Amino acid sequence: MTALSQRFNALPTAIKWMVYALLGILLLTIVQSIGDTDKLTSAPISREMLRWSLPVLLAGLGGLFADRAGVVNIGLEGMMILGMWFGAWGALEYGPWAGVVIGTVGGAAGGLLHALATVTFGVDQIISGVAINILAPAGTRYLSQEVFGSPTQSPRTTGIGDWDVPFLAGGSIFGWDSPDILLTVANWNWWFVSDVADFSRGLLRGTSILAIIAVALVPISAWVLWRTRFGLRLRISGEQPQAGESQGVNIYAYKYAAVIISGALAGLGGVVISSPELSGQFLEGNSGGRGFIGLAAVIFGNWRPLGILLGALLYGYVFGLDLKDLDGTASHALLLLNAIALGGVAAWAITRRRATDGVLAGLLAVGALIWWLASETVPGWWSNILPYVVVLLVLVFFAQRLREPAAIGQAYRRGGS
Amino acid sequence: MTLAAPLGALLLTLIISSLALWAFGSNPWAAYGDMLGHAAKLDTQVDIWNRATPLYLSAIAASIGFRMNLFNIGVEGQYFLAALVAAQVGGLVSLPQVLHIAVIFLVAMAVGGAWAGLAGVLNVTRGINVVISTIMLNFIAVSGLAAWWITAWQAELGEGESLSATNLGTTPIDDSGLLPHITGFVEIFTGDIRDNNPVSGMLVVALLVGIGYHVLLNRTTFGFDLRSSGMNPFAARAGGVPPKRMIVVAMILSGAVAGLVGLVEVFEIGKFRPNQIQGLGFAGIGVALLGRNSPLGMAFAALLFGFLDISSVILQQTGTASREIVVIMQGILLLAAVVAYEVVRRIKIREEARATAEALAQGVAA
Repeated sequence: MTALSQRFNALPTAIKWMVYALLGILLLTIVQSIGDTDKLTSAPISREMLRWSLPVLLAGLGGLFADRAGVVNIGLEGMMILGMWFGAWGALEYGPWAGVVIGTVGGAAGGLLHALATVTFGVDQIISGVAINILAPAGTRYLSQEVFGSPTQSPRTTGIGDWDVPFLAGGSIFGWDSPDILLTVANWNWWFVSDVADFSRGLLRGTSILAIIAVALVPISAWVLWRTRFGLRLRISGEQPQAGESQGVNIYAYKYAAVIISGALAGLGGVVISSPELSGQFLEGNSGGRGFIGLAAVIFGNWRPLGILLGALLYGYVFGLDLKDLDGTASHALLLLNAIALGGVAAWAITRRRATDGVLAGLLAVGALIWWLASETVPGWWSNILPYVVVLLVLVFFAQRLREPAAIGQAYRRGGS
Repeated sequence: MTLAAPLGALLLTLIISSLALWAFGSNPWAAYGDMLGHAAKLDTQVDIWNRATPLYLSAIAASIGFRMNLFNIGVEGQYFLAALVAAQVGGLVSLPQVLHIAVIFLVAMAVGGAWAGLAGVLNVTRGINVVISTIMLNFIAVSGLAAWWITAWQAELGEGESLSATNLGTTPIDDSGLLPHITGFVEIFTGDIRDNNPVSGMLVVALLVGIGYHVLLNRTTFGFDLRSSGMNPFAARAGGVPPKRMIVVAMILSGAVAGLVGLVEVFEIGKFRPNQIQGLGFAGIGVALLGRNSPLGMAFAALLFGFLDISSVILQQTGTASREIVVIMQGILLLAAVVAYEVVRRIKIREEARATAEALAQGVAA
């Protein structure tokens, strides 16, 4: 057993995560077979999952850059709202690609403001973030009123398009329609195999270019932060700024860069929201607190890009499932999944000799199981709060195992002790 | 010197908002003139007082946490949930007036305190950051529990009663449960106030809470412990202040005050409506920051924000400028003020250091 786990750990990260993904779909398939639904592994659901996870993923990556440089960015929500507005305005004025650029720059401007307040003027990072979260919606409201003639919404925008992957999902190459292999496999109706095919097809067909960019930013962020000199210096700013300073690193510059990148990523998340991928227009309130959820995803993911992706996908899955699940049966089946997961946490805690955690998780697992057995559907509000409950539970059980950057939240002064 | 920072921030705000107005073809002077002109009228002043009251309560709630470096971002969820539960309880019971009002107050404070206390308990037992837990609890309260109860109560509506604006919300509270207005008392000092524009009795409550906050923080051992925990938790701990208990107690107190915020509206309309005014929690954080957690400073800040909020209605009526400019002014004022406070603080520290160095040098020379 130990030899097997050692060999598994030696595999490349990408392969390990593919195994995790397959295990996840296996679990969904099992739950689906027991529960009274066929939605859990269907293509529409995986598509919804991807769509709704994008803003959270981008905000989360934004939070990652800022946190890694030691600057807490509560203002992600505000920067996302700036990205929403400027993305919509740019798309309407100069075309969809310009919208992407202008929206990203709008978010970056919010980041610059946060950097100016926290790095140059040493304002408390939470306070500056709260101020930006108040200022950004105010600014976009005013601009909307003056530019679009309505304080809350813009006209419809156009997107930068989407793409079907050839062969796997039947995309066309130079006008030739390639075969749709995953659809064929999905139609075999083999247990688990067809589920994997259908679920994957939802991700690969009609995939928006923005989604491809966003997902590509996960390995890019990892590479920048852990494989480049820039990333090393950025991280030292968040761990031991004085040590970095003694090596001649300009900590201020790296903190500025990190917070501006953070704002740009959150802004891109806003662009996704106002692009046809989600809303298709700027609509006040449509950020829906996803900047805050991105912040939670950073913690959930233990300040690592892949962890953030996982957190964002989980959020997107629960949210998307709820949208496509009008009778509440699929979300009901999810309760069983909650019970299984909590049971797993309980078992894990007991092997670690953490009795309190084990009992707590066990009780919650039994509660979820009883609820699942005693009901046919779950009310809509449960799906609404599930992502936040999950984050709280992850923190309750794993907060001790998470490691945040050492100098996070602290004001840094050059030449200070 | 203490006034330099807020005045500088105000000046900067006026400059930037004038530029914003001018850029889109509005006349800044006309807009400011309209705002100030209406603020001179008694009826507008009543509106401002009524608006400043919940803002002030929300600011005090936030500042209790701020004073010990606990960022209770969750005032929003706390007051929303507290107002909802208190209004429903108030609508279901029927009691003599004083008791009825007391029950509503107690329920609101208990619910707000419990919701905030939960974040405190999670912090001391599990080490979960209060900022993150209160944000999550906000979502759970506003989009989860509140939404659930509202739909559940709507479902209990009798046959033939369909949803409409009149029956939307919690069970209406009997008149005995509504805090009386203080219009009559205020009119002793002013002219007649229009009947449809009464002064909320919560104004008195807010003033009492403000005085209580001042006394608690500056005149009691508990307040001393609270402030020292915020300034230097290690020193406070060495001095015998139990850090964990302080965190939980401070959060409960903060939440209890937050519970009062929504009551202004509940007493005004006699029930809780799902479209209840939202955003007072975040605005209150702004007011607390602007007023630097001081009872008097926050009162001025609440009146200023109240004036700006009411001015937005007035700008819409007169049409001299887009009403959204007012929200921009609040946002810029807030950001400019926190930067200015920090700059002033640094200048002071530098001057003190120089003065000490000079005094020492003279001492050595002599």
